[in-house]
Formats: sequence, C-alpha cells, structure tokens
Amino acid sequence: MGHPWIPNSVESVRREMLEVIGVGSVDDLYSDIPESLRLKPEEWDKLPIGFGRILSEPEIARHMEELFSKIESYRSPAPFMGGGVWPHHVPEAVKYVVSRGEFLTAYTPYQAEISQGLMQALFEYQSLVAELLEMEVVNGSMYDWSSALGEALLMAIRVNGRRKFLVPETMNPRHRRVAETYTWPHDGRLVSVKVDRRTGLLDLNDLESKVDGETAAVYIEYPAYTGVIEENAALIGDIAHRKGAIYIMGVEPISMAILKPPGSLGADIAVGEGQPLGLGLNYGGPCLGILAVKWDGELVKQMPGRIIGLTSTVDGVERAFAMILQTREQHIRRAKATSNITTNEALMAAAAAVYLSLLGRNGLVELAKHIWYKSHYAAKRLSSIEGIEAPLLEGEFIMDFTLRLPLEAERFRSFLKSRKIMAGIPLGGLAWFTSRDLLLTVTEVHSRNDIDRLVEVTGEAVRGV
Amino acid sequence: MEGYRQAVWREPVILELGLEGRGGFKIPELEREIVDSVGEFKLPESVSRREPPGLPSLSEVEVVRHFTRLSQMSYGVDLGPVPLGSCTMKYNPKIALKYAFDDRLSSLHPLQDQDTVQGLLELLYRLEQWLKAITGMDYCSVHPAAGAQGELAGALIIRKYHELRGNLGVKREIIVPDSAHGTNPATGSMAGFKVVEVPTGEDGNIDIEALKAAVGEETAGFMITNPSTLGLFEERILDVVEIIHGVDGLVYYDGANLNGIMGRARPGDAGVDILHLNLHKTFSAPHGGGGPGAGPVCVKDRVVTGSVRLRDLVPGFRIVYEESTGKYRLEGPGQHSVGLLRAWIGNVSQLVWAYVYIAVMGAKGLRESGEISVLNTNYFLAKVKRETTMYTVPYGGDRFRKHEAVVSAEKLRDETGVTAEDVAKGLLDSGFYAPTIYFPLIVKEALMVEFTESETKESIDAYVNRLKAIEEIALKDPGEPKKWPLNTSVGRIDYVKANHPKTVTPTWRVKVLRDKGLLGPLR
Ligand SMILES: Cc1ncc(COP(=O)(O)O)c(C=O)c1O
Repeated sequence: MGHPWIPNSVESVRREMLEVIGVGSVDDLYSDIPESLRLKPEEWDKLPIGFGRILSEPEIARHMEELFSKIESYRSPAPFMGGGVWPHHVPEAVKYVVSRGEFLTAYTPYQAEISQGLMQALFEYQSLVAELLEMEVVNGSMYDWSSALGEALLMAIRVNGRRKFLVPETMNPRHRRVAETYTWPHDGRLVSVKVDRRTGLLDLNDLESKVDGETAAVYIEYPAYTGVIEENAALIGDIAHRKGAIYIMGVEPISMAILKPPGSLGADIAVGEGQPLGLGLNYGGPCLGILAVKWDGELVKQMPGRIIGLTSTVDGVERAFAMILQTREQHIRRAKATSNITTNEALMAAAAAVYLSLLGRNGLVELAKHIWYKSHYAAKRLSSIEGIEAPLLEGEFIMDFTLRLPLEAERFRSFLKSRKIMAGIPLGGLAWFTSRDLLLTVTEVHSRNDIDRLVEVTGEAVRGV
Repeated sequence: MEGYRQAVWREPVILELGLEGRGGFKIPELEREIVDSVGEFKLPESVSRREPPGLPSLSEVEVVRHFTRLSQMSYGVDLGPVPLGSCTMKYNPKIALKYAFDDRLSSLHPLQDQDTVQGLLELLYRLEQWLKAITGMDYCSVHPAAGAQGELAGALIIRKYHELRGNLGVKREIIVPDSAHGTNPATGSMAGFKVVEVPTGEDGNIDIEALKAAVGEETAGFMITNPSTLGLFEERILDVVEIIHGVDGLVYYDGANLNGIMGRARPGDAGVDILHLNLHKTFSAPHGGGGPGAGPVCVKDRVVTGSVRLRDLVPGFRIVYEESTGKYRLEGPGQHSVGLLRAWIGNVSQLVWAYVYIAVMGAKGLRESGEISVLNTNYFLAKVKRETTMYTVPYGGDRFRKHEAVVSAEKLRDETGVTAEDVAKGLLDSGFYAPTIYFPLIVKEALMVEFTESETKESIDAYVNRLKAIEEIALKDPGEPKKWPLNTSVGRIDYVKANHPKTVTPTWRVKVLRDKGLLGPLR
C-alpha cells in the first residue's frame, strides 16, 4: 500500500512516471549531487530519525498520549501568571474558524482573486485593532510583541537616524532582551529610565534629563509589565516629541477597551501582544505581534511586514482586497527592505479578528472591567494576609499586579505548586525588585473560588515561615 | 477541474455589520461579593477611555457565518494543489492538527514550573535531535518563529562570531547569489552587513569565478540556498564552502528547500556552518494563510575562540536533558548567545505538528517524501517539455530538478502578449492555485512550480493539460487570457488604487475618516 500522505508512492505510478522522465530509477534524479555527499538509502534509513519505521495513526496517537500524560496543564485554577502572555478563555467559535482548511492550509495570499476571504479576514484584523488603538495603519502581524518592538525601534533609527532608546527600568525583561538583539547590529542602545518605587509610574524628571537629540525613541508599556497603568502616558509623549524622538507605546489589547488608546495619547507607533485575543497560551507560541502607526507617510514607508488594503476590481465594479505598499518588503526590495519578515502570524490575526468580533464593543469593555475587578479583589484579599504587601505598587493597575511576600518568591511558588496552584512570576533581578517580589495575574478564567483558594493557600505559605 | 466556481458572497466588512445590543460571547457574571469588596470601578481620568472602541456588535451566529463565508473565498491545500514554488505546500496531516491544537497544550504557561511540562520538553528535545540527524548538523534550536527569523538568527551568529574573534571591523559583507530568496539579502541588511550579490551561471550553479572575485578579507559570510530557487542542486557546493572558509567566512545554508535532497544528502556533510529549516514547509506544518511558521536554526560545532563554540552563540533557550535525574530543563540564553528573537521558547504548536510528522515518517518516510517530490517535479517538467510549445526551461539545460522547477513564459509573452500572470489567472480559473510567479528574478516571466510529494499524478497531468490549453487559447485569441480569472470570487484587482496615496486603505478606519473628509493623502 502507498503511504497515506504520498499518493504517488504506489509502485506502478512511480514506474510510469519514471518512464515518462526516461530514467530507470529515482537514484538517477540525484546524479548531480557530488558522490562524496550522496547518502545511500540504506545509510539514510539508519539515521536516528523518528522511531525506525513508519507509524500508523493509532501508534502515533498512543505515543502522543503518552507524552501528553507527562504534561500537567493547570486549568482549575488556571495559572495566575501573565508576564507577556496571559491565560484567557478561548471561545470555541474562534477555534472553529481557524481550523477550517481554507484558512489553515492556505499560503500567503499571493494570488489575490482566489484569496479574497483570507485577505478580508486579515484586513478586518487590521481594522479592528485600528479601532482598539485609534491608530490608522496596522500591519498584518509580527511574530510577537517583543519582535514587533524590536522592529519598531529599527523603524525609529531609519526615520530619525538616532540610536538611543529610553525604556522603563521595569520593562518586561524578555522584551528588553529581544529589543537588544534586534538593535545590536545597528548600534542601538537601550537606556533605562527610572520608575517610581512607590507608584510604579515613570519618573518624569529622570526622563527629562535623559531625553536628548540622540534619542531615537521613548518607549513605555501600557499597562506596564508590573500591571501599573501609566497615568502620564500623554505627557511622556510630549516630552519625547519635544526632542524629536518617536513615541512608541507597547499595549495589552484587552485593557485597551477601557484605557485611552495610544492614538489619542500621542503615540507614533504602537506595538503589543495579540495573544489575549483568542490564541491560548501554547507554552509561549504562536503569539501575535501587533504593530500600528498613525497616519504619517514617513512612518508607514518604514513599516515592516505585510499589509492588506481595501481596493476594487480593475473594472471598478466590486470591492476587493490586495496586499499593499509591497515596495517596503523583501520580495521586492531585497537588501533595502524594511525587514526580512514574510511568514508572519496570519492565522493568529484571523483568530484575533474572530475574537474581537465576538466580544464586540460592549463585550470587550465588560471583559476588561471584569478583569479589573477580579485582579483588584485578589490584591485586596491578599493584602489582608499579615506580612504581604499587595499591590506593592500604588499606581492603578489591571490584570497583573506586584506583591511583596515575607518569604522568597521561589519558595512561595513551590509551596503553591504542592497545592496544585501555579502562581506568580518572581521579579528579583529586575530593577529594584527583591527576591521576595512577585508578579501575579488574575483574569476572567479565575473564578471567585479560584481566587479565594489562592488567598487561602498563600496564607498557609506565609504562616509556614 | 472543469466547472470550478469559487463562492461569491459579497460579504460586507465586519465593521459594517451588527446591531447595538448584540454580543457573541457572554462574559461570566461577576460575583456580588467581588463587586462589594472592591467597590466602584474607576480609573485615573488621564487614561480612562471615554467611548468604547469602535468594534461591531454581533451574535455568535453572525460571526461564525461571516467567517465561514470568508473561508469559502479562500483556497488551501485541503481544497486542491497549491504548487507555489519555494513554499513546499504539503498536505497537513489531520492527526498532527489534533495534537498541535490540543487544549492540554494551549493551556500551558511558558513560565510554569518545568517539572510540569516534562512531556513537552521531551518532545522538543527529541525534535531537535531529529533535526540534527536530518541535516547533519551538531546543534539545533527551535527558537525562531519563521524561516526569515531563522535566517536572522544565522546572520547574527555570523556577526557574533566575528565580533568575538575581534574581526567585526573588517568583516562587513555578506555575499548572496542573485537567485536567492528576498529574505536572504534582507536578512543580511538586518544583521548590519553590506550585501553583495553574485550571479548565477548558465548551468544554474553559482558563477564560481564571480564568487572568487567577490570574496575577500571583508567577507563575513555567504548565504547559499541548496537546492537553489531554480530547483537545481548546487554542484560546486564543496568548492563554495572551501572558498568562504578560506577567508574565515561562515557559510549559511537556507534550508527552506530541503525537500529536494531529503533522504539523499545532508547540508552538514557539505561543511556548512549554519542553516535554518522551515518546518511549515518541509515538515508539514500548515501555513495558516501566511503564518505562524517555525524556522529552527542549526549549527556545526565549530570553534569560535577559546572554548566558545558556535552553539554558544545560538539565540533562544537550550533544552537540556539531565541523565542523572532523567529530567529536561531550559537554560539560557547564555553569555555568548546573540540573545532572544522572541520572548519565549518557540512557536510550540507548529513544533508539535512537525514532531508528529517526523515521528510518523521516520527516516524512511522522509526519504520517500523527498524522492517523490523530486519525481513529481521531473515528471511535470518532462510533460511540459513534451506536450507544450510555449514554455521554456531556462538555466541548467537538461539537468534534473529537485523539489521544484522554474518554467518561463517568455516565449508565450513575446509571441502572444500573454504573460506569466495571465497564465497564473488561467490556472486559478480551473480550480488550481497558481505557481509562484516572477521569482526567481533572474528568470523572465517565471512560473515556479513545486508540487511536493502530496500531489497525485492525476492532478499533475491535469495541471499540464491546463497549461497546454492556456497556450492554445493564447495563440488563438490572445485577448481572452487578459479577462481571467472569471471563476474566482472577484476578477482582477486594481493595484494602482490600492497603493495610491489618495486611495490607499489599510484599515476601515481610514476609509471612514477619509469619507468624512478628515484624512488627507498619505504623506
Ligand atoms: C528559499 C526561502 N528562504 C526563506 C524563506 C523565508 O521563510 P519564512 O517565510 O518562513 O520566513 C522562504 C519562504 O518564504 C523561502 O522560500
């Protein structure tokens, strides 16, 4: 029998095709590979790849079940952890749409006429995010928040020729590492701006003293890695602009439903993580890098990645969608392209479009408020435990918040794990945080019972010291 | 496929739909106790949004219908052949879908205790080991999110290599063949190098004399794609490697075309230093309409300086297996690593997909994939040569192709005015996806065809028949093909309007603001 995934592996077909080609065996088709490099089929077949033979579906299923049995997924309660990807409920309708083969098994829509539906879905993703951020131009996606940030910093270098970037000292340390990696070849330099230890807000005096004619961009997170909502977001933009620097805001999209959008706060570029919009956690990937800019030709010209636009058919009769502004991209501009990105996170962008459409204007606001309430409830209850400071920072927050424990954060985490709760990201090593500081996350997936249980077990952990 | 008709729904943009008050997802009710305990919802005035965002209000029914309709105006491997050259559009096995999208996986947080994800780390570790054996390299990392990010990883490793050896001041250039995929030169620039192109010879190999002339002190590295984008094996790869190593340059191998040699040769055996793979090509992970992908990067155990090896420069997290405890854990990035390219370990669901594929296939199955893909290519080419008159096959003469073949419609255009693009539209009309067109740039009116091992002989025959029919129509009535496509959900698209500063519309918001007179041209 032929292989189920290789229709022409049937011997008679193979022979017929070889005859048309005019060769005796497939070996002949590889005759141009230098002898010293060529592997004999017997040699290759002995390599340690797979399990030494072709598996049937029941066999692979058994194997996968065995591997998955060595995974403990925390679902009730879900992990009380964020830090760049957050636990959220993924609506079944989202999963359904993205598992449709017409989307899932399509390539990048190079042939527009036969790919209108896919392109419309991607255009809708761009359009829905544009509404959320109140920014006019959104690309079809980047790999994740951090790489979107890296690319945004490179955009800034290309726009103003400067190389210094001001970032909050408490910024997501993984995002910072990615930003450093992306800007390193271009002599980019990330410089920390102080963050107030009491409020978690950016120290505006320190910012003023550091922003100068060398500053390519000022970057803030909104909400911050610590969960704190930067109240001075508009002022920070003014400070950046006064020195000719570009203002980049990094956002978590669900909270945008209740927070003033970057477009109204003076942001030139917004980046962010679309993972909360119906993607699931997936141990950190795939994610969905959001990248948006305001209506400014200079910025748009420097944008990385694919953009889908609305146009019409040549006869002008019907609406149509197309990949636009492609002269920025690698397949046209090669070495002069704004980025090398081509494959992006298209399917995840489609998922986000479905998610935002399902929740809609009121649903998303309700969800954001719901999360605000639950995270405040958790912080409040935790703060009633003797020895715990929660939230550690006084600035208003949503979803994520910091707390200081009377014991080492790592020990605390182990204790909770022994009680089947996965909670918190230790903050030690970041800015002025100590090894007793923890970043905790509460979303709609955590019921009141889950939170009460977290509080109860936290109490036990603390009393254990 | 006679009688193909794509759905025509004329579906409004989702922002035009809906009715205030509708919703497609019920948010769980907040418990009374929570509201009582926390009190009134409030945010600082300076950051409080006044109006809810301008999203539509739709029921679940409407949302699902809308997107299902859109899906019917899209086309993927599940519907028919997508022989896009350079894209390796294999069938995406459904058993892999089951595990890649499994809820047990989607609920894992990347920072949850590593003890709780041993099964996943084991899977990823084993995947890296398999990729090593497949490529003949010494260390692989599944960190990069796509092929282009794998390339960036590679180019940054080259940069770090020269930096650590104190030569970065001199090593400023990356050499790339003119037939290379656009991501190669773009990557060179992103990694801070000057990009130098070398030409391809008539035989389809890199022009060695031109390469020798281009190589010098300043050569930091060379990016080779093998088999090339012409579908040809680079016969002088060993010479190329020697020339580059001769000036202390590193050889980077774009492994996106691995299907063409899989089972028969390994890049690592040719002495290349770094490569990337596209798991969403060679290893059957789906393309998702343009992503997500997964582009692992692999290196040889070459010494950089002192005790530092190339593997120490690789970005991302290292999966370590500890024999004494029988446990897996994540480390890094270490002190010499170029850093991180994305926040977390990798595109896990795509990696799981590829794992299932390789596990099922084993060495033998992978070899068969490679062989049948090469068989399909050469069968297609033999049929085209024999049965058509207007398509030529430039470069490489009668050499056998590997995973793909590039056919030129230059003659057809010269004699009838019908272009590669017209041919592509004619293929769409009969329910096939078109080839990659106008790439590689060195072939005029290029039609780049890659069937992969997933295609049946019957559909390859039908594809050739359609190419033949198109040329006959072109010869008889060259005006006809200009009207194509007729059977897709829309006809040809106005790219001038799509890109003009006064009409360019990247989001619905732009349309609305422009219609209200609130937005000028894009300047
Ligand atoms: C030869 C070659 N190299 C690199 C790439 C880039 O891979 P990706 O699209 O995953 O970034 C591609 C495909 O786009 C390719 O065909």
